[in-house]
Amino acid sequence: MAWLKRRWLPILTHIGALLPLARLIWNFFHDQLTANPIQYITFQTGKSALVLLVLALACTPLNTIFELKRVVGLRKTLGLYAFLYATLHFLTFVGLDYQFDPELLKEAIFKKRYALVGFAAFLTLLPLAITSTKGWMRRLGKNWKRLHRLIYLAALLVIIHFVWLVKSDIREPLAYGAVVLLLLALRLKTIRRALVTLRERLATRRRNYNRVTFREDLP
Amino acid sequence: MLSAQPTGVRSGAAVQFNGGDMKKIPSSEITPESVYLSRRRFIGTAGVLAGSAFLPSGLWAADSYEELRKELTPLKAIMNYNNFYEFSTKKEDVAPLSQGFRTSPWSVKVGGHVGKPGTFDIDDIRKRFPQEERVYRLRCVESWSMVIPWMGFPLAALLKAVEPTPKAKYLRFETLQDSKQMPGQKSSWYSWPYVEGLRLDEAMNDLAILATGLYGNPLPPQNGAPIRLVVPWKYGFKSIKSIVKIDLVGSKPNSLWMQAAPNEYGFYANVNPAVDHPRWSQASERRIGEFFRRKTLPFNGYAEQVAQLYAGMDLRRDF
Repeated sequence: MAWLKRRWLPILTHIGALLPLARLIWNFFHDQLTANPIQYITFQTGKSALVLLVLALACTPLNTIFELKRVVGLRKTLGLYAFLYATLHFLTFVGLDYQFDPELLKEAIFKKRYALVGFAAFLTLLPLAITSTKGWMRRLGKNWKRLHRLIYLAALLVIIHFVWLVKSDIREPLAYGAVVLLLLALRLKTIRRALVTLRERLATRRRNYNRVTFREDLP
Repeated sequence: MLSAQPTGVRSGAAVQFNGGDMKKIPSSEITPESVYLSRRRFIGTAGVLAGSAFLPSGLWAADSYEELRKELTPLKAIMNYNNFYEFSTKKEDVAPLSQGFRTSPWSVKVGGHVGKPGTFDIDDIRKRFPQEERVYRLRCVESWSMVIPWMGFPLAALLKAVEPTPKAKYLRFETLQDSKQMPGQKSSWYSWPYVEGLRLDEAMNDLAILATGLYGNPLPPQNGAPIRLVVPWKYGFKSIKSIVKIDLVGSKPNSLWMQAAPNEYGFYANVNPAVDHPRWSQASERRIGEFFRRKTLPFNGYAEQVAQLYAGMDLRRDF
């Protein structure tokens, strides 16, 4: 029980992150991948990658604002699952949709700007996934953190990818874009400091308030 | 409604199917897909005489037409994978959202530069213009395609009936606007109603039809009931659904998609593998139900019938 108490958050994260994949597999066996299965798989894996990427980006600001240290530990898990779905997304496009046909792929990837930035986002995520281990963290030292700031670039590329691929109504990708920009803004030094100061001030006030109430309770 | 059991309808009897009066057929007699397909096989073996009633006159060599018939997209896919933004922008949501759609009474108002403007009741249209079957490829601008057995009649027949005047150069079609029935129209992102257009000579081409049915039955709501345009050499969005108004006009109509994204959707929108789209490959397509991509053909494979309409035009510019 103690183990579960300590581990419930990461366990929940694993389950949640695997749900979209489980749903795809379930739909596959129940003939529910729509009339255009390859496109459906492409969309679903892409959307899952985006959501997980946004969640991974949300960990640090959540800790800044609410002091949720446990959440920071989920960053790596969420990031790696985002990469898993990005890989499935990329392989579906290249392998299932275009059957590795070099001629068609040349047109599909390099002549379509949305595909090009999507491809760039995938290439940006690739070294981050590879260097996500403790060994690579040690080996890269200070540079590890620098390298992993590429996630911000990847997130922006993914948003552009989404904006450019929708037919006309860009409200949904823009909503994701707004969330990503907010999560990036919360990392700016001035904003972060202001938030920490605010949090500490509120904490002090709460403590003082508790102390006062406690005193008044005295006879 | 098309999932009725194939009981009691034998393929032999079904040959007497009367396309001109589809509306009156009680649902118990609606042809299920399996029966429709077996009827086609029956016709194939019963000989040319029985089959010829269903074939459009002199357009295709019987061979290629029968070839295309073998590639028919399953009815289930045709009925559940729909681009019909009036109901939803999600293709899978159109079928459930459109089920209560009222298609009777329905009339189509034809006016503008015509000698005999008029309002045509859908039942009258079915009676007045002999319904015939047309098996066409449908190529969506989103890089997927289907093969659909439509029931309908040449648009030219309706045009001849209203007698266009010399001022008439283009056709402007309009879909019903009724956001109570079509919840997608509540979105102000698009400028409803849906509008599409054709040049008069395109509309007079025998390939251009007004369809009222598919797979031998009246059109399901999600496919544009009760009457829609089908122009098989153009991207699917040109084939406007649930038409209530057709005007003959002097200048090029501005379609909904031309307004939404003029750099992506041109007035002509002829299927053209040589004209790139910023998102979808127009060089290849996925036929629904197939795994490998197909090469997209100029004019969706109908170049022989329609290419002369665009002689001397730069179709890269006039895309």
